Amino acid sequence: MSKPVLASAHRVSKSYDSGRIAVLREVSLSVQAGELVALWGASGSGKSTLLHLLGGLDTPDSGELRVCGLDPTPETNRLALRRHSIGFVFQLHNLIPDLTVEENLRVPALAIGRGLTETRARIATVVEEVGMAPRLKHRIQDLSGGERQRTAICRALMNSPQLLLADEPTGALDELTGTAVFALLKRLAERDGLAVILATHERRFAEACHRIIRVRDGRLDEIAA
Amino acid sequence: MQILPLVLINLRRHRWRAAIGAAGIAFGVAAMLTIIAIVSGAIGMFQRLLANDSHFLVFERNVSDLFFSSVTSAQVASLRANPRVAAAQPVLFALVSSPGHPMITCFGLEAGDQRLAKARWIAGQPADFGAREGEIFLGERAAGFLAARHGDTVAIGRGTFRVGGVFATENGFEDGGVFLPLKAAQEFFHRGDAASVVSVKLRNSAEAAAFRRDVESALPGVIALENREFNSSYNSFRILNFTAWAVGVCAFCLGGLGVANTMLLSVFTRIRELAVLRVCGFSRGQVAGLIFGEAAALAAAGITAGFALGAVVLFALHRVPQLQGYVRAEVDVSVVLGIAGTAFITAAAGALYPARFASRVQPAEALRYE
Ligand SMILES: Nc1ncnc2c1ncn2[C@@H]1O[C@H](COP(=O)(O)OP(=O)(O)OP(=O)(O)O)[C@@H](O)[C@H]1O
Ligand SMILES: [Mg+2]
Repeated sequence: MSKPVLASAHRVSKSYDSGRIAVLREVSLSVQAGELVALWGASGSGKSTLLHLLGGLDTPDSGELRVCGLDPTPETNRLALRRHSIGFVFQLHNLIPDLTVEENLRVPALAIGRGLTETRARIATVVEEVGMAPRLKHRIQDLSGGERQRTAICRALMNSPQLLLADEPTGALDELTGTAVFALLKRLAERDGLAVILATHERRFAEACHRIIRVRDGRLDEIAA
Repeated sequence: MQILPLVLINLRRHRWRAAIGAAGIAFGVAAMLTIIAIVSGAIGMFQRLLANDSHFLVFERNVSDLFFSSVTSAQVASLRANPRVAAAQPVLFALVSSPGHPMITCFGLEAGDQRLAKARWIAGQPADFGAREGEIFLGERAAGFLAARHGDTVAIGRGTFRVGGVFATENGFEDGGVFLPLKAAQEFFHRGDAASVVSVKLRNSAEAAAFRRDVESALPGVIALENREFNSSYNSFRILNFTAWAVGVCAFCLGGLGVANTMLLSVFTRIRELAVLRVCGFSRGQVAGLIFGEAAALAAAGITAGFALGAVVLFALHRVPQLQGYVRAEVDVSVVLGIAGTAFITAAAGALYPARFASRVQPAEALRYE
């Protein structure tokens, strides 16, 4: 039995500057639950653009998108997806530096109006998962790069998403720390059944994914992992 | 309350900026509190002066100010003849000048007036009032600024008078005023046999409505208002009150600009953070709400500081000898609530544009540049 498709694009195009910069040309893609898929390509190839389209942060010029059963283009769907179905991780952690780990993790729970006890329980679960439990009361500015990125992953997991969109999450980390963060993402896909789409230009991470999709000249090519 | 850390982030990060924003509100609150306290103090004093333990104030119908009101001695007599009336005391108000003092209130009173009996006499005694020709009586503060003592001669208006007595009263207007026997005052000011206002005390306060009907039918030229009605209908009070609130609101507008400025900076310097909130599931409305929450926190700090500052100012004014009796240090709860409400509305108005801007941050745009 095949697993549910959580993210798909069908002949999606996106350009900037009123068509002068064509970033994606009629690209198609399909990602299932439990898959860790690498979007691999050079800087400026359009990896972030594709993630933004899938995550409802930007709208395509043409083509069809489907994320967790919804079209991520209308504003109401975007909000619902961001709140309940999608988690984002960025190259920079994008945490609020002068708040504690715990306070940062409350943000997604606040967005959906979750109660205090339930929020606490969920925070305890996710920090346990990534080994950040001892640092709960520490401010982000006092954490190492790897700890920050793990906190950012915790935040993405707060509302139990089915799809994780990770944009160069290891880009700002040293080799060892980057490897640990990558291992964490892989575990989320394999053990917890999340669909994880990882944008990266690092070959070693791409090769450790289940599938590699090469982003070049506005097109996607699946290459053997 | 989970949102509190988010609301307070920026206030904590930029304490001075937040303090300046809150200071704008604080000055608005303090200014409004002080002005209203002074105005309501002055109004309260004037009203107590008029009321003089009475139930009704009777004055000429359709005059713009009590200084222009004339109640004739025949009308006073008719009021006194009314069986419901226990006492009716006419007073004539006028303004006089003295070298170096362009405006002094002059009261024309009958010798038996309650005010004279209730005052604390520093020189002379109540029985002296009106006993001798050419005498004037001074409130304690008036005696001070005219540098006059019992027995001295003072120049008032076109005349000169001998000081027949000096007395202290609790009322700032009276204390800074000069007093003539009613007849002498009427003559001096060419007012015939007119008084400005008559304060009427009833035998039975339950007969207010009946008394009003009596006056309407017997004395159509005058109007009788209960003290409380008078306060809300007297034009000069209304103008004073309106001015106080208008000046206060202007002070607040400046405070609102301060909030707008602080909030705009707060939004501009964390566009990325706002974008991340959107990514984490905040709706536009929630982002705007956050900015309004921040403005409300700013306002709350400003209101607290403003009331503290206002209290200090009022306390200080209360002790200035020249203002003795003019400033009422206690303020009604309704005024406090009104000021706090105005402060919150101002802060919300100041946050309007920043909140709108914040809610329109495009996450993809804001996150692209790392
Ligand atoms: N708002 C925009 N206006 C104009 N051009 C844009 C805009 N956003 C992206 N681009 C262009 O689109 C192209 C793809 O950008 P994108 O950020 O998706 O690349 P990327 O593969 O994520 O690169 P990197 O590895 O550096 O993150 C780039 O050439 C970029 O300059
Ligand atoms: Mg990118």
